[in-house]
Amino acid sequence: MKKLSSTNEFVIKFANVNGSGSASANQMFAKGIFRSGVPVSPKNIFPSNIQGLPTWFEIRASERGYLGRKAGIDFMVAMNPQSYAQDVAEINPGGYLLYDSSWKREFNRDDINVIEVPLTSLCVNEFQNPKTRLLFKNLVYVGALSYLMSMNKDIFIELIEEQFKGKEKLISPNVQALEMGFNYAKTNLAGSCDIKVIQKNLTDGMILTNGNNAGGLGCVYGGATVCAWYPITPSTSLAESYKKYCDQFRIDKETGKNKFAYVQAEDELASIGMAIGANWNGARAFTATSGPGISLMTEFVGLAYFAEIPIVIFNIQRGGPSTGMPTRTQQSDILSCAYASHGDTKHVMLIPSDPKECFEFAAESFDISDRLQTPVFVLSDLDIGMNDWTCPEFEWDDAKEFDRGKVLSKDDLENMESWGRYLDVDGDGIPFRTLPGTHPEKGAYFARGSSHDEYARYVEDGEVNARNLKRILKKFKGAHKFLPKPVFKQDTNASSIGLIYFGSTEAAMQESLDQLSISGFPIDAMRIRSFPFSAEVWEFIHQHESVFLVEQNRDAQMRTLIISEGNINPEKFISILCFDGSPITANFISESIIEILSDKNISQASEEIK
Amino acid sequence: MTYIVKPVNHHPNLEKNKLGLTRRDYEGTISTLCAGCGHDSISAAVIEACYDLSLSSDQIAKLSGIGCSSKSPSYFLNQAHGFNSVHGRMPSVATGANLGNQDLLYLGVSGDGDTAGIGIGQFMHAARRQLNITYIVENNGTYGLTKGQFSATNDQGSKSKYGEENLLAPIDLPTMAIQLGAGFVGRSFSGDKDQLIPLLKAAMKFKGFSLIDIISPCVTFNNHAGSTKSYDHIREHNESVSSLDFVPIGQEIKTSYEEGSRVDVPLHDGAILSLEKLSKKYNPLDKSLAVQSLNEAEKNGKVLTGLLYINPEVKDHTEILNISDTPLNQFSDKDLCPGSDKLAKVNASLN
Repeated sequence: MKKLSSTNEFVIKFANVNGSGSASANQMFAKGIFRSGVPVSPKNIFPSNIQGLPTWFEIRASERGYLGRKAGIDFMVAMNPQSYAQDVAEINPGGYLLYDSSWKREFNRDDINVIEVPLTSLCVNEFQNPKTRLLFKNLVYVGALSYLMSMNKDIFIELIEEQFKGKEKLISPNVQALEMGFNYAKTNLAGSCDIKVIQKNLTDGMILTNGNNAGGLGCVYGGATVCAWYPITPSTSLAESYKKYCDQFRIDKETGKNKFAYVQAEDELASIGMAIGANWNGARAFTATSGPGISLMTEFVGLAYFAEIPIVIFNIQRGGPSTGMPTRTQQSDILSCAYASHGDTKHVMLIPSDPKECFEFAAESFDISDRLQTPVFVLSDLDIGMNDWTCPEFEWDDAKEFDRGKVLSKDDLENMESWGRYLDVDGDGIPFRTLPGTHPEKGAYFARGSSHDEYARYVEDGEVNARNLKRILKKFKGAHKFLPKPVFKQDTNASSIGLIYFGSTEAAMQESLDQLSISGFPIDAMRIRSFPFSAEVWEFIHQHESVFLVEQNRDAQMRTLIISEGNINPEKFISILCFDGSPITANFISESIIEILSDKNISQASEEIK
Repeated sequence: MTYIVKPVNHHPNLEKNKLGLTRRDYEGTISTLCAGCGHDSISAAVIEACYDLSLSSDQIAKLSGIGCSSKSPSYFLNQAHGFNSVHGRMPSVATGANLGNQDLLYLGVSGDGDTAGIGIGQFMHAARRQLNITYIVENNGTYGLTKGQFSATNDQGSKSKYGEENLLAPIDLPTMAIQLGAGFVGRSFSGDKDQLIPLLKAAMKFKGFSLIDIISPCVTFNNHAGSTKSYDHIREHNESVSSLDFVPIGQEIKTSYEEGSRVDVPLHDGAILSLEKLSKKYNPLDKSLAVQSLNEAEKNGKVLTGLLYINPEVKDHTEILNISDTPLNQFSDKDLCPGSDKLAKVNASLN
């Protein structure tokens, strides 16, 4: 029998029953690999369900740093008889299957290595409480795996101690379960697995965290004081992270009172309304939601756009349309955010690609929104938001000051002859605003969504309204100065073919570019990080004959946005689209591109795609 | 309104309040509502109440939704910031504004369409949260701006201007607000400024959610025979449960109310609300009695007005959330940003 052999490069998948406590054990195994100094990317593939349905957890370990999802499983831990058939089918030839052999099974594959561990029997013999038995099965397989993969068991003991700090009673039975698995494997399974984790130092200076945790933290660092939100997968944990870090950093030591407000609203309409109200008052505020929430919020987005009130909206995208696939990932709200709301509206978007950028963009988004006095969308997705990524540590420059934009103080008002809320004084389209309560006689105005003149007076004069709309567009056109620039994979362009991608596709992209290069198709790549697009984006497109555009949606929404905003010939673009709800893989990207580049000439290909 | 310096000609002998301001200093722009609209009387009452209380306009925020009522904040308090939001969503905007700075006095102006129709959810949750706001519903039972459709507060059997009969039972906002825990609930009539002005003053001094449902006849679409929200109908069916005096801090209570019929309610800042119960059995501190009385009045075709319910014990939304006494919009960068040392600890917790 062939046995897959590899060190620090493999994909292991856990097939569990939702609600069986498996997620934390699987997470612990991933962290064990990370603590072994090997980059890792765990992905929780879960149903929209609390208990009973199948759930999976995939971990890719890669000392080369390739952390995108990879199809084909090297090692399967099959804990759910419901999904045995599909789980077993997924294993690569020569791969491994570990299952609970308390009930023996035959599997219809003679090209895989079956590893039997009687998890249930072991737990029944060792533990009395039925619930404990069930939970500890998970730790038993972690223990067995740590032996099978030659990992340092102490790393897991340390993780258990950290996890149950403050609940010391729980430490020893958990360690006991881990040891039991380890010892069982040592006694019965020596030499049965050739996939190994060998200690490296590749995760020094790195952290293992998810984008929602990072985004919530970024809001604290960006000075957000009000979070108004409504529960919706996969954005909920961003609001919860904000609260968690506020509880650590924003409670006044003397008074015990909160320097933040955290409000679970009655729906998405109220949550954005509250965030707008707080921002109107000069308190930095945000809301976090996902696609369906964006649909509900769009009327308010138009109000904030037209009345020119800052607001930050996190959209952790999930599979659409409609309720869609709440627990799967997509990048399918590009257009619904870029042009959210009725009438002529366009919005600033920041598109992070990993948790570190979620932290940074979250913090910056408040400066940008205050500076431009307009809504800012931070477009993350479920893959970044809810899965842990190996990424560089967060950094903060203590010299940084918030940019609160053009807000007039009492003294400013005192010394002014006249002021118009929507008057373009500086020629950049950005007017000066005032906050309620600033000055006893000056600076009051009426914020409204109905047509208004430079002095915030209600008008129905079409010319005045058109003038105002043009000024707002001017402001939008200058927005790129404040936004994150695109990043390029190459120092100088070396190919006539370019590739544009964005967001969570980053995880698969380096691997894909390396694959393309090895296959004889080196191409230049650019990652877009914000909208409106800057000159660098247009230059990159103009410098290449053809441009691949990789997106995780059906309708090539970013392509539509680029074509319409840049007046670019649509034939220039070839779309590579993945929208099945699973994170895009390097193999999918490379294979799609190689097929197009080898079989056809490009113009033909783009002709067909059109 | 954004300021453009314009001369305000006052008569030199115009009466002044404690701040040295005249009533004219509390005015707004000229109303564009129909002549005789009840809403304009409410605006006048707001001006009078703010003048009487010597409030500083810049410490007041006026918020509204969409509709005739929601236009009216333009017609009072020129020096107050205003926010004309979207239809039915004023409560959420006001909630956020209040979280940003709880020191301002929030005046919400809405209508029966804006509150009892499209915005009923937000209204209910604002009451439940005990948002510190004076929430005025200018209730005329009709959608005026879209030319006279029935609203959800219109009485069953009431006739439209075109003779159409309203088939559905009305939503009674005060009853609903009391049941949801609002701390201050009153009803009045735009044509009764003697009742309305003290009610407004008390509501503005109350810390918590104060609703005043003000029947405000629509002279264009809902002031005909057959309408139950016309001037004539309300005058005939108005039954007042209480009349009240607002007594500022430190001032001696001197009301003409008969001993035994008087209830004195202390407000958060120490001022006293002195009430005369017009009906012997009415007690505005008794929640179930208030609801029961409203139900009975409705059955008998009466419109109960006055202070219907008050709970001086309530905590407002920012108190419930334990928000700092310094308003959130006044913290500096240093107060808000934990800095790199703390970030190093966060990093350490994630590796």
